[in-house]
Amino acid sequence: MAVNASRARRSVLNRKLVLTLVAWTIALMMFFPIFWMFLTSFKTEAEAISTPPSLFFTPSIDGYIEIQARADYFKYALNSVVISLGATLLALLIAIPSAYSMAFLPTKRTQTTLLWMLSTKMLPSVGVLLPVYLIFRDLGLLDSRTGLIIIYMLMNLPIVVWMLYTFFKDIPKDILEAGRMDGASTLQEIFYLLLPLTLPGIASTGLLCVILSWNEAFWSLNLTTSNAAPLTAYIASFSSPEGLFWAKLSAASTLAVAPILIFGWMTQKQMVRGLTFGAVK
Amino acid sequence: MSTRASGRTVGGLRTLSLQAPAVGLLLMWMLIPLAMTLWFSFQRYNLLMPSVTGFAGVDNYYYLLTDPSLWTAMGNTLLLVGWVLVATVVGGTLLAVLLQQEFFGRGVARLFVIAPFFIMPTVSALVWKNMMMHPVNGIFAWIASLFGLPAIDWFASLPLTSVIIIVTWQWLPFAVLILLTAIQSLDDDQVEAARMDGAGPLAIFFYITLPHLKRAISVVVMIEMIFLLTIFAEIFVTTSGGPGLATTNLAYLIYIRALLDFDVGGASAGGVIAIILANIVAFFLVRTVAKNLEN
Repeated sequence: MAVNASRARRSVLNRKLVLTLVAWTIALMMFFPIFWMFLTSFKTEAEAISTPPSLFFTPSIDGYIEIQARADYFKYALNSVVISLGATLLALLIAIPSAYSMAFLPTKRTQTTLLWMLSTKMLPSVGVLLPVYLIFRDLGLLDSRTGLIIIYMLMNLPIVVWMLYTFFKDIPKDILEAGRMDGASTLQEIFYLLLPLTLPGIASTGLLCVILSWNEAFWSLNLTTSNAAPLTAYIASFSSPEGLFWAKLSAASTLAVAPILIFGWMTQKQMVRGLTFGAVK
Repeated sequence: MSTRASGRTVGGLRTLSLQAPAVGLLLMWMLIPLAMTLWFSFQRYNLLMPSVTGFAGVDNYYYLLTDPSLWTAMGNTLLLVGWVLVATVVGGTLLAVLLQQEFFGRGVARLFVIAPFFIMPTVSALVWKNMMMHPVNGIFAWIASLFGLPAIDWFASLPLTSVIIIVTWQWLPFAVLILLTAIQSLDDDQVEAARMDGAGPLAIFFYITLPHLKRAISVVVMIEMIFLLTIFAEIFVTTSGGPGLATTNLAYLIYIRALLDFDVGGASAGGVIAIILANIVAFFLVRTVAKNLEN
């Protein structure tokens, strides 16, 4: 009996070890390009392109220093921050009342409106690139942060409304009704009851919106040239042959993706619920 | 009674005023550019030739539809979306099942797997193009040399495949993230009962896990479809649509027409075709999802 039990335990352990080996091999393969980029960012240009690839080297931060010395890195980073935060705040501001009414004052049209909103996401950006380009040209919004903030806000609005709606729907109506009985206005209701209760959901909606805006490349590449160009456009400039310095490219890339990667890791659990509109729990 | 009735009216007004900003903005965002695109698509309008103007009838459509590059681009779009969807759904399901098992360091391994989803497309395209797939100094070339094999010049000999690999790498984590969460809500007792009845791991996977994942998979397909139909940055940064038209999808073709050839009329006709294509897809997808959400 005791022998059997210990044998069973050993086979469970063996299974676990095999699983560990397989899962970690795949996990490391998936992560490898990011890891390699990070590692390369601390190499010299010569080491970066050496064959066989050098795994052990004296780390140097020359790549980062040179990126800084170009002096424009921070301009692009600042553009990314301003644009993605601006678009996110604006989207939340417009979406919260809308999601509130959909969740707490539903009508027959609510479901249709929600689906219609999502369908605007299906409108391919390329299909409307020219009109937007021409409108922006006439309004002087080309290569301006304001222009990109507006575009990103509109681009993310459907998803933001959907996510907030999903989170709001989980709040019991009674709580808000109690507030209304006590004489709270709609705005007070939203500010003092709904927002504190759904803060985690709003935060993860906001973070997803920041991530999508931060990583968006189509509009930033087509509507900006230098003044308002965010990091996506800056990184894309490395694709030209004269810009191909792997260590510097890696350093710039690492700086560009690190904050968003960490944000994403922190909010992954909440994000799933929002991204699937509560269809997956 | 009267208070309730008036309350409802106020509710209706309130609903309207609360939703007006979001609905109004999206309506404008949809209608104005759409109307302009439609209008331009029937015009002779080239920014390089300002003197050539006027109604073009269906000429723009005629030239576009008889131009083989449109069909190549359409084929590429479908190949790209199709292969990435298959790879991410199949791979994502298998990985989700694997990552659901208990093993050492599971939490960290999961974070590693989902990481690529958060990487900027321009960054991942450049890292893959230069550091992974470079025919001389890339990691793949080095691995091939370890086995004494010749290095593959990925973007020259397998351009579309290379783009598909990069996009799959970016979207596989998304599928894993969603499907893993869905698997976690699978009832353990049900699996245990099936096992007691003598069901093997394969039977459990096909008769319990997979049906349980149906809804999650449909959500993954829908969201990925929205983003994959308009893949742009990866192509812009790696191949610029080439060599030839090998990696030009619909999005990139319209981009070439519009901002490189400055042919507003032709590009708009392309835009209308892209919108029609997307709407055919959306029609079926939105239906499926709406059904899923109601259940």
